[in-house]
Amino acid sequence: MSDVLERVKKIVVENLDVDGDKVVESASFIDDLGADSLDLVELVMAFEEEFNIEIPDDVQESIRTVGDAVTHIKAHI
Amino acid sequence: MFDLTGRTALVTGASGGIGRAIAQALSEAGAKVALSGTRENVLEEVASTLKGESAIVPCNLSDEEAVTGLVSKTEEAIGPLDILVANAGITRDKLLMQMKDDDWNDVLSVNLGSYFRLTKSCVRGMMKRRHGRIIGITSIVGVTGNPGQTNYCASKAGMIGFTKSLAQEVASRGITANTIAPGFIASPMTDVLPDNQKEALLGQIPSGRLGEGADIAAAAVYLASNEAAYVTGQTLHVNGGMAMI
Repeated sequence: MSDVLERVKKIVVENLDVDGDKVVESASFIDDLGADSLDLVELVMAFEEEFNIEIPDDVQESIRTVGDAVTHIKAHI
Repeated sequence: MFDLTGRTALVTGASGGIGRAIAQALSEAGAKVALSGTRENVLEEVASTLKGESAIVPCNLSDEEAVTGLVSKTEEAIGPLDILVANAGITRDKLLMQMKDDDWNDVLSVNLGSYFRLTKSCVRGMMKRRHGRIIGITSIVGVTGNPGQTNYCASKAGMIGFTKSLAQEVASRGITANTIAPGFIASPMTDVLPDNQKEALLGQIPSGRLGEGADIAAAAVYLASNEAAYVTGQTLHVNGGMAMI
């Protein structure tokens, strides 16, 4: 399942235009990776597409770090 | 200038005077146009006057579920949506002291609630495509107020505030959101006014005439165009100089 992390990483790097080394599980999208709230919405949209899942609005709000995203995705694919 | 070839547009309230004119002008500029409204036979008649490709997507805007599904229905018919013109609206005019809860709720729900639902359901796709045009048809009275229309004016002022917020949220993604505020537009309602009232009305309009649907439609075509990419969060007043705000 480390594959999920790699795929998440790729999406984050593409969407936020950040260095791949910075995209670690503990990294906060907003505080560490420079995302704004609209970037977050777009990231979630990209995750939904990549993994063919639906991430409800209330869950979206709890996804703060790369690890949060990976955990949620793993639980739903 | 103002070429909309290859663009798609949804116009609500397309069976009314202003909506029909907007649909015709967008079509004339090259857009594929989906016409929404409640009177299907009138929509069909409007569609028959369009030279380009069009579709009919009937919808009752007081039906919340139907409104939420309207954009996907439109996209099935004409493809990913580039331009939303939220034009439909109703009035339930009464003095505040006589206004029932239903008069208030119906007007707010159809005029403002449906604007929220429609924009929400098209903005996601527009964000992905990095392009979109949201155009809300508000009214001069949303800015000036008008006795007997607390509900209507609140809904129209609400559209303006809503649009300004949305414009700020999505500007970085190539989406603009603006409103057009018509003044007095000639309609079956103004046609039947007695002469003295008509004269009093015209006395307030420096241009000396009522507006036409085409006056509003031209503003819509402009706001929908690539040329208006740097215009967002604005209210474009089209009123013959009746109020200069």
